[in-house]
Amino acid sequence: MADIHDQEFGLGDGATQDGILLTRVDQLINWTRKSSVWPMTFGLACCAIEMMATGASSYDIDRFGSGPFRATPRQADLMIVAGTVSHKMAPRVKRLYDQMPEPKFVMAMGACTVSGGPYIKHGYHVLKGVDRIVPVDVYVPGCPPRPEALLEGLFRIQEKMERERLLDKTRCGARPKVLVE
Amino acid sequence: MAMDRTTLVAEVEKAFGARITEKDLAGFEPFLRCEPATWPELARFLKERCGLDMLCCLTGVDRGKGQGLEAIYNVEACDAKRCGISIRIRVPLDNPVIPSVEKVWQTADWHERECWDLVGIRFEGHHNLVRILCAEDWEGHPLRKDYKSPDRYHGIKNNVV
Repeated sequence: MADIHDQEFGLGDGATQDGILLTRVDQLINWTRKSSVWPMTFGLACCAIEMMATGASSYDIDRFGSGPFRATPRQADLMIVAGTVSHKMAPRVKRLYDQMPEPKFVMAMGACTVSGGPYIKHGYHVLKGVDRIVPVDVYVPGCPPRPEALLEGLFRIQEKMERERLLDKTRCGARPKVLVE
Repeated sequence: MAMDRTTLVAEVEKAFGARITEKDLAGFEPFLRCEPATWPELARFLKERCGLDMLCCLTGVDRGKGQGLEAIYNVEACDAKRCGISIRIRVPLDNPVIPSVEKVWQTADWHERECWDLVGIRFEGHHNLVRILCAEDWEGHPLRKDYKSPDRYHGIKNNVV
């Protein structure tokens, strides 16, 4: 029985036959958190189509506990920046990030958000990488990335969530620096 | 109401004469050229007399090499095929002003704003000529040949590290 519990919950080796579960608070909360990642609903360009495909039945991001795309930043803990961020959109993206409650995670999806992508040289209107305005946890390259790649990005986010130490005031995984000076 | 292109051009030439400064009907995109001052009258004529009731596209071009800016209007008729024509209007770079035709074709409203935003042609008489694509406080007109991207925008570096 113990083995089965371990596999189902991933809560370490504390499960016993007597209905008692021994684990650490960190581990329990991280487990609940990573099992229900709520991304925020917003797509900026073509990557959003791929993100929708990831949410739809073929790839079904729900399988990994990340189904409910929230229509408000206040209920979300993962921001998937899917698409080209223009200079006009940048302050809005920043504001949405600021409105999300901690702990929050950011995934830069696609070449444009990673570095400016095809607009890197001549795109006067494109932000050259979303990490200039918000701290990015996981970069998913591609133009656009396939749904499998986005799911892989989600797994990396979940791995980061597992490493959180909740009773520390600062987060264990140090926040990446924002490049803006 | 709509007439074929040959009749249309003949009608326009009869009404405007030498005020049509150039004519090219052989190319891929048949066009007439006129001065900015002629344009409101010609636009009204095309719509009301020739039945060209749809402004399909308004393109702004920087011709470069001291040739100034150009606006290209593609007008068509909704109820007939291949009777449309394009009108080209050239303006100098230091004073790029063309009278607005948003009163003639309402769709010109946004088209003219876009053309102002990206190429910097001022459309006189437009009721709300503000930027439509770039941010409100953007400087310069990005599709001009002499445009330089800003190094920073709102403190965010724009160059590639």
